Amino acid sequence: MKDFHAVPQYADRPFDLRRIGAMGLRYLYLLRSSWTRVIELAYWPLMQMILWGFMTQFLLTSDSPVIKAAGMLIAAVLLWDVMFRSNIGVAVSFLEEMWSRNLAQLFASPLRPYEWALSLLFISLVRTIIGVIPAALLAIPLYSYSIFDMGLPLIAFFMNLMIFGSAVGLAVSAMVLRYGMGAESLAWVGIFLVAPISGIYYPIAILPDWLEPIAWALPSAHVFEGMRAVLTDGVFQMDLFINALMLNALFLTAGFSIFLYVFRVARIKGMLLQMGE
Amino acid sequence: MNTFAIRTENLTKTFENVTAVNDISMEVKSGTITALLGGNGAGKTTTIAMLLGLLLPTSGKIEILGEDMVKSRHRVLGRMNFGSPYVDLPKRLTVRENLRVFTGLYGLLHAKARIDELSAALALEEFIDRPTGQLSSGQRTRVALAKALINAPSLLLLDEPTASLDPDTGDWIRSYLEEYARETGATILLASHNMNEVNRLCSDVLMMKQGQVVDRGTPAGLVEKYGRETLEQVFLDIARRDDALPQQKAAQ
Repeated sequence: MKDFHAVPQYADRPFDLRRIGAMGLRYLYLLRSSWTRVIELAYWPLMQMILWGFMTQFLLTSDSPVIKAAGMLIAAVLLWDVMFRSNIGVAVSFLEEMWSRNLAQLFASPLRPYEWALSLLFISLVRTIIGVIPAALLAIPLYSYSIFDMGLPLIAFFMNLMIFGSAVGLAVSAMVLRYGMGAESLAWVGIFLVAPISGIYYPIAILPDWLEPIAWALPSAHVFEGMRAVLTDGVFQMDLFINALMLNALFLTAGFSIFLYVFRVARIKGMLLQMGE
Repeated sequence: MNTFAIRTENLTKTFENVTAVNDISMEVKSGTITALLGGNGAGKTTTIAMLLGLLLPTSGKIEILGEDMVKSRHRVLGRMNFGSPYVDLPKRLTVRENLRVFTGLYGLLHAKARIDELSAALALEEFIDRPTGQLSSGQRTRVALAKALINAPSLLLLDEPTASLDPDTGDWIRSYLEEYARETGATILLASHNMNEVNRLCSDVLMMKQGQVVDRGTPAGLVEKYGRETLEQVFLDIARRDDALPQQKAAQ
């Protein structure tokens, strides 16, 4: 009965990509099992893009050169959705485990909490791409605007917003783990806390003086300022990119640290056994 | 091979003001099937959770398969597993998908072969491609057992493995566990309320009450010691006798 097929080959390694792959596979299975969820992923970005696309066409009648910059609002909407989706992607995948009451099964296995966190980042990337790419493609025939025309800067913006959204998602997930399903709504609304001061649709200079330093402490503010620089002046501001990258390193470290700390608290308080619907 | 698959020393778990497990020192011999018996709230599930590393003890030591479970649990997790009807697998995933994920988590390189083996051994073929949430409780129990055996564990912890099953399915599961233990030499620690199950499977019984191991012995030995006819009567004697802990008496 006990044979070679059942002998663990890498169970005691402190880090293994195949365990992350197994969790990634699990989230892909979950996504595949419900077409309505896949459609829902793309639904909101599409609606947002259509709404703001028409708004842009209306504003093009304005004399403001900022407003007139081609596709400013559409680009802002799409990039905001990258941040929003990456945050939701981490948090919802985390919640799937809570809803399944499955944490005890997972952590009685050799899976490490940081491997789980990395698998959440992976599925968040997948969910974000599924959510945002259809909207970006549809903007081309609808409004003759392609966000892909931004070229390489788009990759820089996408990457930074993905990291920031995921870091917030990890911190929010940690709060749900710590305070139970009563804190579930944080997963949906947490990211909106930073939306007003990220300068998504307006420059940071619009904010009150006292709020500006707080805004500049967020990677998202640097990304959206950078986006406006590309769209209005055709310039990729390397300083904004580097600032966003460095801040993201801090936020991601903080997100991971909070997540791992709360996981340890959960092992002390017995939360891995109690979670569920 | 270690003489003892499980050793605990002064194991204690306190949740705020409640002591769920109180100073347990015990050993479970390798290759045996041992029962953990006790009423609701006796501390069985808390003990099992600590043995699995899901819960950190407040104090005391746990050694599993020769490794310190608190300090280096990941050196041993690949060689153990657990099953409980109270801990689910994702309902929207098919049985095969669920098992496939766990082959990856346990580091099995031949996932398909292992799933096929378990599918044949536990008669899962009929429903292996159905969502786990659509299965009957008997089928779900077999799936939970397949997951618990995915890595052919040397130590298997089971929390009421036949709870809420009809007698036929329950008997089938017990037969499989007997065969598994006999053929692999694995150690099984079984929390159960089913005395017939314990009588049939277990060579050793740990009786828990109020977070402590209050007695232990073979099923027959305990029956003789308490002057009773069945293990169930022994269970009731222990559950109903007044041996509250000193601090609980003081609180009263």
